[in-house]
Amino acid sequence: MEIVKSSSAGTLDSCDIQIRIESNEIGSNEIYLKSVVEKQFGNQIKALINDVLDKHNLKSVTVNAVDRGALDCTIRARVESAVMRAIGRESLEDWSVIHHDK
Amino acid sequence: METQSNNGTNRIHGKTIKPYHGPFDGSGKVTNSLMEAILKANLKDGMTISFHHHFREGDYVINTVMNQIAAMGIKDLIIIPSSLGKVHEPLIGHIESGVIREIHTSGLRGKLAEFVSDGKLGTPLIIRSHGGRARAIEAGEVKIDIAFLAAPRSDKMGNASGNGAYTQCGSLGYAIVDAKYADTVILITDDLCEYPNMKPSITQDLVDAVVVLDAIGDPNGIASGATRFTKNPKELKIAEYAANTIISLPLYKSGFSFQTGSGGSSLAVTRYLKEHMKLHDIKASFALGGITQPMVELLEEGLVGCLYDVQSFDLTSTASIAKNANHLEISASQYANPSSKGCMASMLDFVILSALEIDTDFNVNVMTGSDGVIMGASGGHCDTAASAKVTIVVAPLYRGRLATVVEKVTSIITPGDTVDIFVTERGIAVNPRRKDLLEILETTNLPLVTMDELLEKVDRLVGKPVSIEFEDRIVAKIEYRDGSIIDTIRQRKTV
Amino acid sequence: MLYVPGSNPGMIADSMIYGADSIMFDLEDSISLKEKDTARHLVYEALKYLDFGNVELVCRVNGLDTPYGERDIEAMVAAGIHVIRLPKTETVQDVKAVEILIEQYENKYGLETGSVKMMAAVESALGIMNAHEIAHASNRLVGIAIGAEDYVTNLKTTRSASGIELIYARSQLLNAARSAGIAALDTVFSDVEDTANFENEVRLIKQLGFDGKSVINPRQIPIVHEIFTPTDEEITHAEAVIEAIKEAEEKGLGVISLRGKMIDKPIVDRAIRIIELTKASR
Repeated sequence: MEIVKSSSAGTLDSCDIQIRIESNEIGSNEIYLKSVVEKQFGNQIKALINDVLDKHNLKSVTVNAVDRGALDCTIRARVESAVMRAIGRESLEDWSVIHHDK
Repeated sequence: METQSNNGTNRIHGKTIKPYHGPFDGSGKVTNSLMEAILKANLKDGMTISFHHHFREGDYVINTVMNQIAAMGIKDLIIIPSSLGKVHEPLIGHIESGVIREIHTSGLRGKLAEFVSDGKLGTPLIIRSHGGRARAIEAGEVKIDIAFLAAPRSDKMGNASGNGAYTQCGSLGYAIVDAKYADTVILITDDLCEYPNMKPSITQDLVDAVVVLDAIGDPNGIASGATRFTKNPKELKIAEYAANTIISLPLYKSGFSFQTGSGGSSLAVTRYLKEHMKLHDIKASFALGGITQPMVELLEEGLVGCLYDVQSFDLTSTASIAKNANHLEISASQYANPSSKGCMASMLDFVILSALEIDTDFNVNVMTGSDGVIMGASGGHCDTAASAKVTIVVAPLYRGRLATVVEKVTSIITPGDTVDIFVTERGIAVNPRRKDLLEILETTNLPLVTMDELLEKVDRLVGKPVSIEFEDRIVAKIEYRDGSIIDTIRQRKTV
Repeated sequence: MLYVPGSNPGMIADSMIYGADSIMFDLEDSISLKEKDTARHLVYEALKYLDFGNVELVCRVNGLDTPYGERDIEAMVAAGIHVIRLPKTETVQDVKAVEILIEQYENKYGLETGSVKMMAAVESALGIMNAHEIAHASNRLVGIAIGAEDYVTNLKTTRSASGIELIYARSQLLNAARSAGIAALDTVFSDVEDTANFENEVRLIKQLGFDGKSVINPRQIPIVHEIFTPTDEEITHAEAVIEAIKEAEEKGLGVISLRGKMIDKPIVDRAIRIIELTKASR
């Protein structure tokens, strides 16, 4: 997948994470993370961001993330949004299905 | 009882006996400068000096006094303030230059706390609860050579009180112990009033010198204008559960007594209780501890018999202690000293306390963040938990991404066997030791859960953090209220 | 029904703790045009990972006249939302158009046809005039709701404390709902600090016959529950009615009476409803 423009998603509010994505020249992904829970969750957050990048087959992007204590689902949503914006799409074409018991 | 102390002076009840020098004419207590007072008090290297923390983040006095002492070249001091705040960051410089060797305190915050967490204070910090500090001083475990006590108002003889022209802090409860037991007491004020200053918190028979400074504190940092009722729905939900828990228990009836902390949820508990008390004509006998606006409202509406105030948190309570006859000042010893002949805390029915972390054994940490860095205060937490008939801890299940419920707390301030009920927004856990409470609460529609269930819930939400690594070096010892060491804090590992 | 802006991760994560009967994630009016995509992702991931318990999950999607409506519906169907709420419903066609899309995405994501329910919010004079047809427009509809802010603007008036300007709309909506056998939900009350007037409004809509109220702040929930929860007297009476029916059935009596008063079908229905409400609020 190719990045068509730099993008960002998310806010600096508490419980949120701001993700900025831009393409780089080095041929691999790099992630810079600032987090209020860096010591406890830094590696997990980076792994999660990488996971989303891999899913979209991004291979040469730089991610700047500023985390204010976001939960995993928020991090995933913000990275997905930033990726979609960066590759110039509005939304996923295929969502995976979730089942809830009523 | 007379004992010979190691420096050869005669001491009685922990105080140095001064030989009779003839009748005291009352002149000369007011010194021209802080330096003069320190010189007169004969401060020497290695001595122990104390302060109080009634000025909280608005305090100028600790920094001013330490700067003066440093300028005089005195070193190697032990300082035992009743607590320290972010405002005391300049103490770092005095530690580095050797003016301060050792610190005993209830709380430590900000850069100074990080500095200590990094092992940069030579001797381990001693953390004491408010009751534990009073006990240690009265028992002579710590001997205060000179107490530097800020007072919003004083007369020339040292009759000092908590409401002055420029600053107001209400109760001087923590300072009273120091005034009684320090060898030398230096009062520091910015409002020297005509003699006599009526209704003093600290009386002239205890005071050696009075120093007048231009300013002793920032009123905005000392007491907030009005305690704002939290609008945070999560805090309110927790408060509602906590209030309903209290209301469900048989101890809640006319004549009951309680104490709440000053956090958002704790304060809101008082508001919820108030509604119920009004509706069902239930009146409390007394409320204790740090006093805030919601408690003053109870008093003024006749819903509580009296307030026992060791620390006044806002301008409503500082004003109330001056005008309301049933709003009474108590010392830290009267409040929570476990070795006294009966502290007020021991008469508590309910206490509502907060927590940074609580583990599945109900042990509570209010001292260190989950990154292992010191950031809080012991306060009266373990004192009141041990004393009250029902101890309720309130906290959200997690904050940001940090779990409050953990397998093992980073450091223990209050042991789990003194904690009865833990209330979160996602359920109420009763300590299995309190089958009596559990049986009663099971008949209500309150959402009861176990600690293990809460732990599982929060793990699913925030995930498992990597465990924090520490160096071997001990940077702080946590004293339980009886003087035993209940836990230690180790130096944080820096990457 | 608790409104939760789809853009606020903190509020979404805590939305299930307040005891709301249903949670409505908003992708529409509370979300700026620039953040429609991020809100959709956020709600989707939240539905995927968070445990909402047995609360009803509703999503207010954008209208199909916007570029976002269909994408919202697709994401929410995939996310297993229970109810899709259409904003600004004016005609039967509005309902049908959404219904077709829901079915299309149920098929795409392998869900049983009809598993996703719908709720229509009526927010204009035209919608109120068509309320009866709207309420009958689809088997998926579980309820209709009134959105008063847009409606009063459309009427060229404003909201008042008494709610006099809404009397016709509320009554019309309620009759439409009842004639179709679905729920009727009242509009939000936006001044969170004004609890006195909020209480009055909740009492009014309960008396009118509404099934519930939409709230914008969790602090309003206890007030709604208190007013909608049957009183002890009502519960005792309802239990006595049920008991009397049982007794009559056992004895084979045709006419049932309680303390000398004849009990007919409406009284029995009301008793059953009170017992159900009581169970729901416990």
